[in-house]
Amino acid sequence: MINSIRGRNLLTLNELSDTAILEVLDTAELFVEVNQRTIKKVPALKGRVVASLFFEESTRTRLSFETAAKRLSADVLSLAVASSSVKKGESLRDTIATIDALGIDAVVMRHQSSGAAHQVGGYVPHVRVINAGDGLHQHPTQGLLDVFTVRQVLAERAHAKGSETGKELFTGLRVLIVGDIRHSRVARSDIAAYTALGAEVRVAAPGTLLPASLEEWSVRVVDDFDEALEWADVVGVLRLQRERGTGSFVPSLAEFTETFGLTSERARRLRPHSIIMHPGPMNRGVEIDSAVADSPAAVIERQVSNGVPIRMAALYLTVTGTPEEKTS
Amino acid sequence: MMYVLRQGQIVGPSSTRVADVLVRDGRISDVAERISAPAGALEIDAEDCWVGPGLVDLHTHLREPGREAAETIESGARAGAIGGYCALVAMPNTEPALDNVALVSYVLDKGARTPLDIAVAGAITQGREGRHLAPLAEMAALGVRLFTDDGIGVQDPSLMRRALDYARPLGVRLAQHCEDESLAAGGSMNEGVVSSRLGLVGRPALAEELMVLRDIELVRLTRGAVHFLHLSTARSIQMVVAARLEGLDVTCEVAPHHFTLDERACAGFDAQFKVHPPLRTATDVAALREALRAGLVDAVATDHAPHSPELKDRAFDEAPAGVLGLEHAAALTYEALGATKSNPVRFFEVLSRGPARVARLRAADHHPRHSAHGGDLVKGEVANVTIFDPRIAWTASRDELHSRARNTPYDGRDLTGRVTTTIAKGRLVVHEGKLV
Repeated sequence: MINSIRGRNLLTLNELSDTAILEVLDTAELFVEVNQRTIKKVPALKGRVVASLFFEESTRTRLSFETAAKRLSADVLSLAVASSSVKKGESLRDTIATIDALGIDAVVMRHQSSGAAHQVGGYVPHVRVINAGDGLHQHPTQGLLDVFTVRQVLAERAHAKGSETGKELFTGLRVLIVGDIRHSRVARSDIAAYTALGAEVRVAAPGTLLPASLEEWSVRVVDDFDEALEWADVVGVLRLQRERGTGSFVPSLAEFTETFGLTSERARRLRPHSIIMHPGPMNRGVEIDSAVADSPAAVIERQVSNGVPIRMAALYLTVTGTPEEKTS
Repeated sequence: MMYVLRQGQIVGPSSTRVADVLVRDGRISDVAERISAPAGALEIDAEDCWVGPGLVDLHTHLREPGREAAETIESGARAGAIGGYCALVAMPNTEPALDNVALVSYVLDKGARTPLDIAVAGAITQGREGRHLAPLAEMAALGVRLFTDDGIGVQDPSLMRRALDYARPLGVRLAQHCEDESLAAGGSMNEGVVSSRLGLVGRPALAEELMVLRDIELVRLTRGAVHFLHLSTARSIQMVVAARLEGLDVTCEVAPHHFTLDERACAGFDAQFKVHPPLRTATDVAALREALRAGLVDAVATDHAPHSPELKDRAFDEAPAGVLGLEHAAALTYEALGATKSNPVRFFEVLSRGPARVARLRAADHHPRHSAHGGDLVKGEVANVTIFDPRIAWTASRDELHSRARNTPYDGRDLTGRVTTTIAKGRLVVHEGKLV
């Protein structure tokens, strides 16, 4: 296990210990305050160059990362893939080599292929690589901002500071993740983060949208989604990824909504303190009802806001730190 | 040229004995306890080495015509010779596919100019498209004895049945790449625990097993003959073994990567480990090794599949499937057979006698174009001989390959046992581990 991401690449949450995750959350907490100032900028990465390479369409994650980098005073090189040489057949290795030749300290990358960020890590060992989503594999900063948001909400209710609570608020916390687990990199990162911190995770999905094997995952599949809603402290609704052909895994979107959508009727089963989350962008009316998404239990906008301090923390720790030894 | 192979362990079909072998004018001239070297003969020390019939690979992708940047018939033959091979069966998934007499002749003619015997497997269907039968009879007349659409299996069961009915009276065998594409399509590694963690779409074992099952039943129906290429699961082997016991004409091969590497090798997203059928579970690897030791598989075949570096450099799901095999297969087979406990008879059975039987390259097959392979070292035969030194410890390296391509999954792996001598078509091709 890795006990700190300082000086390391952030490619997956699977190998991070609770200590490593808490370090990111506590660092992000310091940056929240920066984001509330009139002048939202600190010189932590002044003179450093962060390249933002999005091989797959994304608006929110890209904006969030670039905002984070700028608030740390880093210079941002942004590659518009649609108009770049990638479209002309350039390989990933050559694209990275070209960007690297301009002099960079970190690469934030999103790619449609699982493992692409790992590969880039091998090509440019002197550059820190932050995975902003690779295929169906991982989306580490999303997992981190999700646990950060949960801790923030729960700490506020307890009138405490998140960092003072450590991982205490996650002990025995009941998390239900619902929807397209199979094709979701968010689910893979979320499950790793929640379980590392001591939460109990259950998943609900049609049989076709579960991964081929859950053997290694510390989760349970719920038999009855409706009952599970009464059990959960946190409900993480996943996006139904129609762009990945998920539509053919269920008979119809209407049936998916009927069976696994968080409809208004279903949301009534939730306990009063339960938190509803969604990584966005939402398919309103498919996996989540509009009224539910806009209800006080939903913390979806807060997730978006927290994306910036979490990504500031990820950039700051990976770029400026020195790696520690791994422990087993 | 004359060669005397000194005091090697001559590996027969059921036992070994220490003897000298004299090769004169390209043929085995004498095998005896002691042979006094004629003047001018090159003496090759084979003491404590295994001397057996030259290795035969049932499954080599030579990439010519069409993808000469990855491999040519000539470079593939050199890599084969280094690996101890005297005969290779060239797979037909070239560009264009080897589905007619002109293309088969092209490969046979180019192959004849290499130091090895290059046999050809023809395509079962035109363009390997799985729609219309290719001219099997015309290709059989040229000496083609195996037909396959390898890279993909014949998906349509009625077409496979027709191919078996058509092939039976020609006396040729169909070799099948077993993977049901409707189950495997879009997948890039074994479906299971590891693929689920990595977010890679899986190719389930069932995709292979379902087609093995289907083709066994088609053999039962048609009384045809099928060779199962690169079986990778315990269940596939079990089914073929059971079918053979029932008297059906089925043969099978396993590939070195399937009995030395498992799905966990894909965890670093390195496409050097991407292959179809995919690397399976550790349990499957153990079952394949067990089957090899027990004599349940007819052949070890490499599925040598060269790819240019820029293609293997792609992301895991976008890279082509396939690994190199010719230069490491003998050492990996030795390892799988139990290293120092391995049986030299079994070694030559799976690397030479078995594949020669399947490819119909033995003396009794009277092949019209190729010399005899996979038999005993008997006087008068064209010399196809491989010497394997089980004592040599070495490390596989991608920088020391004779193939044009570099896509070995074994870079840096410690190996034991190495081919020191290859005499193919009567000529010394590899001496002291190096091309002559």
